[in-house]
Amino acid sequence: MKAHLSRRYLFSASHRLHSDAMSDAENQTTYGKCNNPYGHGHNYILEVTVSGQVDQKTGMVCNLTDLDGFMEREVLARFDHENLNTVKEFAHKVATTENLCMEIYEIVQRGFLHAHLERVRLEETMMNSFEYCG
Amino acid sequence: MVYLTRKAEFAASHYYHNPEFTPEENRRVFGKCNNPNGHGHNYTLEVTVKGEVDPRSGFVVDLKRLKDVMHREVLDAMDHRFLNKEVPEFLHQIPTTENIAVAIWQRLVTKLEHAKLHRVRVYETPDLFVDFYGEP
Repeated sequence: MKAHLSRRYLFSASHRLHSDAMSDAENQTTYGKCNNPYGHGHNYILEVTVSGQVDQKTGMVCNLTDLDGFMEREVLARFDHENLNTVKEFAHKVATTENLCMEIYEIVQRGFLHAHLERVRLEETMMNSFEYCG
Repeated sequence: MVYLTRKAEFAASHYYHNPEFTPEENRRVFGKCNNPNGHGHNYTLEVTVKGEVDPRSGFVVDLKRLKDVMHREVLDAMDHRFLNKEVPEFLHQIPTTENIAVAIWQRLVTKLEHAKLHRVRVYETPDLFVDFYGEP
């Protein structure tokens, strides 16, 4: 039997939306308040969905300890309580939640081998969320 | 095609143990969940059915009948129970959230009228849930 397992994580980070490819005026028009040079922050809710056959011996798609350990090491340690504009993933990329969502997808897809990654969903606020399925 | 989702809650206890594993292996794989005295959760169940809207009633499914089926087939059996000891599916199968979702699907799939079962979602906690779509 194939099941989907979803796990939610919370992290907090700051960012500033600014594109080097645009003029200051264009940045201001495009990103509005999010272009404030001092940045601002969010409590992000990250929802990761993996799928696979339910292992007969354990009753699990994958061991939650493995998933939690991986997410803590590879994602939360990298982004939690950071200024996203200062982390290497966003050295040349705008720190939008779209890009962050895709970045997290790539990290999990590359490194978590215990189950198949279906989707990464990222809530920036209660009103905004983004999903990436590869 | 319209999808309709009905929620329900049930509280139950369980523990994870595979009799084929050694005690050390059980502890390593299942951690705290291996405590034989069990522990509990408030589970949230979401049942999603799909179908065409009946032109006479405007319903995909009669919600009251769906609620009754969920109560009869699932909640009466699992609410305020020790899953490992009181629910037949889990006498010989570990009551993980994955297996609970599969068991609920199997209990409901033949019992629905008109609408077709689309998804069973079981939340063990607000931060952990399993979806089962009846895929082999």
